[in-house]
Amino acid sequence: MTTAPRTLYQKIWDAHVVDQRDDGTCLIYIDRHIVHEVTSPQAFESLRAAGRPVRRPDLTLAVPDHNLPTTARRDANGNRVPIADPQSAQQLDMLEKNAPSFGIRYIGDADPEQGIVHVVGPEQGFSLPGATIVCGDSHTACNGGLGALAFGIGTSEVEHVLATQTLLLKQSKTFEVRVEGTLGAGVTPKDVILHVIGVIGTAGGTGYVIEYTGNVFREMSVEGRLTVSNMSIEGGARAGLVAPDETTFAYVKGRPYAPKGADWDKAVAWWKSLATDEGATYDKSVFIRAEDIQPTVTWGTSPEDTSGIGGVVPAPEDFADASKRDAVKHSLDYMGLTPGTKLTDVEVQNVFIGSCTNSRIEDIRAAAEVLKGRHKADNVKWAIVVPGSGLVKAQAEAEGLDRIIIDAGLEWREPGCSACLAMNPDKVPAGERCASTSNRNFTGRQGPGARTHLMSPAMAAAAAVTGKLTDVRDLAPMTEPA
Amino acid sequence: MQAINHVAGKAIPFGRKNVDTDVIIPAHWLKTITRTGLGKGAFESIKLEDGNVFTDERWAGAPILIAGDNFGCGSSREHAAWALLDMGVTCVIAPSFSDIFSGNAFKNGILTVALPQEAIDRLMEVAQDETIDIDLDTQSVTTPFQDRFTFEIDPFRKHCLLNGLDEVGLTMAQGETISTYEGKARETLSFLASPVLAA
Ligand code: SF4
Repeated sequence: MTTAPRTLYQKIWDAHVVDQRDDGTCLIYIDRHIVHEVTSPQAFESLRAAGRPVRRPDLTLAVPDHNLPTTARRDANGNRVPIADPQSAQQLDMLEKNAPSFGIRYIGDADPEQGIVHVVGPEQGFSLPGATIVCGDSHTACNGGLGALAFGIGTSEVEHVLATQTLLLKQSKTFEVRVEGTLGAGVTPKDVILHVIGVIGTAGGTGYVIEYTGNVFREMSVEGRLTVSNMSIEGGARAGLVAPDETTFAYVKGRPYAPKGADWDKAVAWWKSLATDEGATYDKSVFIRAEDIQPTVTWGTSPEDTSGIGGVVPAPEDFADASKRDAVKHSLDYMGLTPGTKLTDVEVQNVFIGSCTNSRIEDIRAAAEVLKGRHKADNVKWAIVVPGSGLVKAQAEAEGLDRIIIDAGLEWREPGCSACLAMNPDKVPAGERCASTSNRNFTGRQGPGARTHLMSPAMAAAAAVTGKLTDVRDLAPMTEPA
Repeated sequence: MQAINHVAGKAIPFGRKNVDTDVIIPAHWLKTITRTGLGKGAFESIKLEDGNVFTDERWAGAPILIAGDNFGCGSSREHAAWALLDMGVTCVIAPSFSDIFSGNAFKNGILTVALPQEAIDRLMEVAQDETIDIDLDTQSVTTPFQDRFTFEIDPFRKHCLLNGLDEVGLTMAQGETISTYEGKARETLSFLASPVLAA
């Protein structure tokens, strides 16, 4: 193995090469595979047809999330509440049957550990620093916040991993996104990543794996790093990484599937060795000053359509690139926005706090802090808070956050993907706006005709309270400063 | 995966450019649990057009599809390849294909043949009444009128298609190499590589 200085990405890659072909394609070992109901049925079908077993069921975990309604899943007698959409019901049913028949551990729809795949992995200690982690879902990049090389795969690749525990891959280029300085009050990890995507664009990371460096990420909690890495895919990159450090180790230690005893010490020693070496080079780098980042929202239908909350809706002419001008015109049409409108004048009818980007306990706490003692505005018709897992839900309830949320007039739901994508009953009506903590503002993502504004949990909570996009810093403090 | 060497028969003279995966199989068909049965949803919106080639009896069950430039652009859904297979199509001829689509087609044993537009125009004409013949071994497309067009294909893909080798099967054949890695990793990276879950 080379002794030249290496990046975090190269070190993880090197540790997982099973075989190398002449054209540079490598057979890469996959340490952890998480399976959900949408992208797995056809993979299991093919394995069954070919009589192939799952090579390492012990490294595979199955969890349903995308199709599950976020309303009660058991009635008062403990019987399953039927799922209205027959196709959703069928996908869920297939996973529940396929997992045990291939010897894979399955977390059920009403188990306390159930949740969104990318929340469950880190929470269970199934996702680990330095590991290669895949799932048939592009936001697998989320796990990169732990310093794991994690990315989404297609159904054929799901089958390939199930059968062989490997993938054929070509090495990506590396992209350093460095953010240094001091984040202002009210500026959260979500604002950081939205700002980053606004700077690099949705194609900025295409062909690259991003490593997030600088004091801002070093000082960030693991949950914040997961939020950041989650949206690497919106920046075009297949994966994101934050180097594992003491904060990471403290987060991982003691989780159900985390290494224990002597294995733990060995793991920490290896994880410490993964940080990018002095003198290693990235294929490209961008440097961002933390002071330039404001609480950020999106105004268009691409995640790169971001602005500080103090800004106005831009005009197509503001953009130099002709195809972008065209895209902005379509975006504004779809979003029903007029150039020059102050963002804080844009009214919202729906609020969604949840998704694998922002549904961990810190996110729920941030939303509750804003909602405490306040009430949602009358023009906000539908406002839901959806915890990322049953364990997040239980923790929030133990802290009394559910009461704050319900008292503020918002709904407190069961864990799942919910209104992040229109695949289950939680949808935003056509033509209506939603202040959303999810990751994609694409046309129709939250329902046909739905208009999505991406933002942080605190900002979404502020929008619920005022009924408009709002600078959370402008809300008068409700609680005594500690 | 079915080995492919020779595809001969009727060819659907579609010819349209920039056909995206939404046209091949609309999003509302994605909530399926099998690869089969998607043929019904294939080209759903086009089947509503008068005089379309997909509901025309003359090309029912044809194994070949002739399309225009940039076939299969748009989302990465593998359902597009599954829908074609379910229609009975095992070979698509077009001037160019989107990368993701041709990868997905290959993974599912569909031969994609890229030919210049003039050749496509000629084949569209022939396909009205006659059959078309594709031979992978000699990389050629022929017609009963003595037309002969040759095409390029990645040697690895050709080998896999000719022998019906799918990537999963190929990698499984490397089982020992994988076991060697696992053995080594179990020592050095025991915390990652050891069994962690029991069903
Ligand atoms: S919450 Fe949204 S982005 Fe995350 S896994 Fe679910 S659908 Fe995908």
